[in-house]
Formats: sequence, structure tokens, C-alpha cells
Amino acid sequence: MTEAKKYNAPVTNPETAPFWEAAKQGKFLIKRCTACGEPHYFPRSICPFCFSDKTVWEESSGEATVYTYSLMRKSPTGPYAIAYVTLKEGPSLQTNIVDCDLDKIRIGQKVKVVWKPTDGAPLPFFTAA
Amino acid sequence: MTIKGKAYIAGIYEHPTRHAPDKSTAQLHAEVAKGAIEDAGLTKDDIDGYFLAGDAPGGLWPMVDYLGFNTKKLRHVDSTETGGCSYLIHLGHAAEAIAAGKCSIALVTLAGKPRTGVMPPRAAGAEADFESAYGATTHNAYGMCAMRHMHDYGTTSEQLAWIKVAASHHAQYNPHAMLKEVVTVEDVLNSPMISDPLHRMDCCVVTDGGGAMIVTTEEIAKSLKKPLVRLIGHGEAMKGPRGGKDLDLTYSAGVWSGPRAFEEAGVTPKDIKYASIYDSFTITVLMQLEDLGFCKKGEGGKFVADGNLISGVGRLPFNTDGGGLCSNHPVNRGGMTKILEAVRQLRGEAHPKVQVPNCDLAIAHGTGGLLGVRHAASTCILERV
Repeated sequence: MTEAKKYNAPVTNPETAPFWEAAKQGKFLIKRCTACGEPHYFPRSICPFCFSDKTVWEESSGEATVYTYSLMRKSPTGPYAIAYVTLKEGPSLQTNIVDCDLDKIRIGQKVKVVWKPTDGAPLPFFTAA
Repeated sequence: MTIKGKAYIAGIYEHPTRHAPDKSTAQLHAEVAKGAIEDAGLTKDDIDGYFLAGDAPGGLWPMVDYLGFNTKKLRHVDSTETGGCSYLIHLGHAAEAIAAGKCSIALVTLAGKPRTGVMPPRAAGAEADFESAYGATTHNAYGMCAMRHMHDYGTTSEQLAWIKVAASHHAQYNPHAMLKEVVTVEDVLNSPMISDPLHRMDCCVVTDGGGAMIVTTEEIAKSLKKPLVRLIGHGEAMKGPRGGKDLDLTYSAGVWSGPRAFEEAGVTPKDIKYASIYDSFTITVLMQLEDLGFCKKGEGGKFVADGNLISGVGRLPFNTDGGGLCSNHPVNRGGMTKILEAVRQLRGEAHPKVQVPNCDLAIAHGTGGLLGVRHAASTCILERV
């Protein structure tokens, strides 16, 4: 278990490229709609709430709380924790909780974003804050 | 316009196999098609509507050709793909097509080999770059729902275990069930943890196999020999995290598909005598019972406890074939077998030990996709005439 898990690079596309470019700088971006004011994640060009095209990139604090989680024990690469976390800015997103004691994960726990390398842009994960 | 009473299920067939190393997936489709057509007392060349989902190799053109349908007659096709509940949606869509005069004898098939064959890959959605690295599987996606349901409502592993216990009580009478042994709450709790808080016995079986049904008009159904079973209400719905706003994994799209079906049928959950409820996991059943209105949200744990789902014991006999938890979950898709057991109950053809007396109103409900990620739901209300 000392070997770091290898992750595939994101494929990316014109709609999401700015997210991955920012990720390379360690910035975690979400999208906010300037028409209805709602933030969302993963990023879309058209707001999934009001369908306006006036969405802009915004840097997230990367601070979140665990909404729910499950420790998957039936895995050839060892147990891993899938979770939904709710960002301070509002949106909830799917992730893994990593680099901390997985048996101590609790709903409501504070977590923060961490990045894992790939052959392309890094991927966002969360760890105990 | 309504589909209420416009379509009858005149033929059903569930493949007896649970392990089919010696058969092809297309062959299993052909065998279940043949079974359902013969059950109805029809022939292949009578089929003028065909419905399939993502489990059918190559989709419509290859399957229509392989099965050798009379293509001068075949005039309506539908390949709606919503995972395990596809076949519940197909039943609703077949009724719509029949009500509109677009076909009169529709065949729906499901078959595949998750144990001994290759499963078709799922196409990537727009979310792929933002989720695929996190290893969402069926187990942990449903585990996340159960974890939050326990947090919000105090649901316990013991309560979830009662769902498996009830399914096992029914499976002991099904000669084709993969797991026929009656289990206890302790057995479930002592089985290995797979993805917290779901134990191995909270999970359904993985089986090769399949099933099929014939959906037809009132006039044709009355000309055939089987007891008359018709669809009187149908609903379908979808749910996902939708930008991450107000995430709530404690309810499913059944909160929308259920009321749509009940309203169309003009009945309420209190009227239902038998329930086929999708049981990919125990938590799936508990959440759907709440969402369909059999009990209040958050009270599913109390509702399923103490044998309340066991035929002859509890208030709501469910999955009397043993369901996906014990009998069969062909191609990891349980929607078809949910309809088939509901029809058996309405025909009076369920095993005598689990047959619900005077069963004249049943529900078949399922979800497809991942309850904790993105999913569809479909509800069918069925009536014996």
C-alpha cells in the first residue's frame, strides 16, 4: 500500500478546459451563474438551474463538509472512501476522502481539497481539514 | 389521454438459468422471447412491436434480424435505456403505443451474462472527468444512500437486514432461486462488510439469465387463454445531483414516478395487495417503500422490521419469488423480474406458500442506474380483471 494509486488524466473538452488549466495552478474552480446567482459543480457553460449562458468561473475555497460517505472494502487496490462533500460555497460533489484515517470519517466532518497527479491535469480529492 | 386499462400482459417468461456458460447473450434473448410468446399462445410472426434496452447485443437492428421477426409486420420499436428499470418503462411505453394504435402485440426482452460473459461498457456522460476517478460502484453508491439515511432518520442495519430475511423466506419456495436458504437478521449482520454500512447479504445476487413479456390489447388478451392482467397506471422519473444544489440521497426518483402511477390508476398504496420492489440492495427497498408512500419518509426501517414484508405474515408481501436479493438479478437489471412476479401473483400462479389470497392489485417498481449518483425510476400498477 506504499505505492501511490495511479489515476487517468482527464480527457477535457472546450467547455471544461479552464477548470483543468486552473487545477494545474492548484486552484479549484466552480461555476456561478450571474443571472440567478447560483453556483454549481461540475462546471457547465449553461446554468443547470435557470438555463442562462451567463456563467462565470469562480475560485472555491476548497473547504467542505462530508455529506455522506461509504468505505468500499471490496477493492483489489485496498479500501477507499467515496463521498459527497458540500463546498462552503454551496455545491455538493462526488469525491474520495484520502490521506487520512478512513475509519474516522464522519458525516459533517470538515475536509479540504487536495490534488493528485495524473499524466495530464491533476484531479481534486478531499482530506481531513 | 390515459393508458389506464389499455394494455394487458398476456405472456411472461423467466429463464430458469442463473449460470449460463454454454449460451450466448443473443441466444438467451431468443429463449426468453420464445418462452413469453408461447406462454401467451402466440407465434413469433404475430409480434408487431419490440422493446429492448442496453443489455441486447447491438441494439435493435441486430436483434430484430437475429430473432427473425416478420419485418413486414413489425411497426413499432423502442430501445429506451434506463438501466434496471428499463423494462418497467418499456411496459408503460408499450401501453402508450398500444393505446395510440402503433402496435398490438409487443414483446419486451431482457437477457445477459454478468457471471460468464462480457458486460457492455457504459458510455461516458458529461460528468466523466469529474467523477470517474472516484470509483463509484453499485455497492458504494448505495452505501452512501444508506449511510445518510441512517444519519438523518436513525435507520439501523438490523432494520435493513429484515428486508433480506423476508426475501429469503420467499426464496425457499422458488426452485430456481440462486439462494434458497432462509437467513436471520444475525446472519445478515455477520456477513462481511462490503461497503459501509452494507453487508454482503444486503446485496443482490449476480446472475446470468433473463426474462420477457408480451404486452397486447384488451381484445387480443381476451382471445388468449391466460388470466387477464392489465396495466392501469404508469410513472417514470429521473434524479441526479444536478449541479450539486440541495443534494439529498435519502430519496429516489420514486417520489415522482410513484404518485404519477397511483394517480393514473386511481388507487393508493393502502389498496396494494402485493409489491414487487427493486432490491439491488436492502436500502433500495427501504427508500422506495417510503418514496412510494407505503410509509412516511424516514419510517421505512420500522415498516420493514419484524417480517412485515413476508407473505402471510406481514402487511405488505414483497418479492415473493425471492427477488434480486435471493433469486435472480439477470444482467444486474431487476426490472423485468419485478413485473414477472407481480403478474404471477395476479394470475394466482405464485408458489402456494407465498401466493397472496385474492391478489387483484399489485405494484411493480424499480430504479435504474445508481441511486446515489444518477438514476431513473419507474412505477407500474397492475390489476387482475
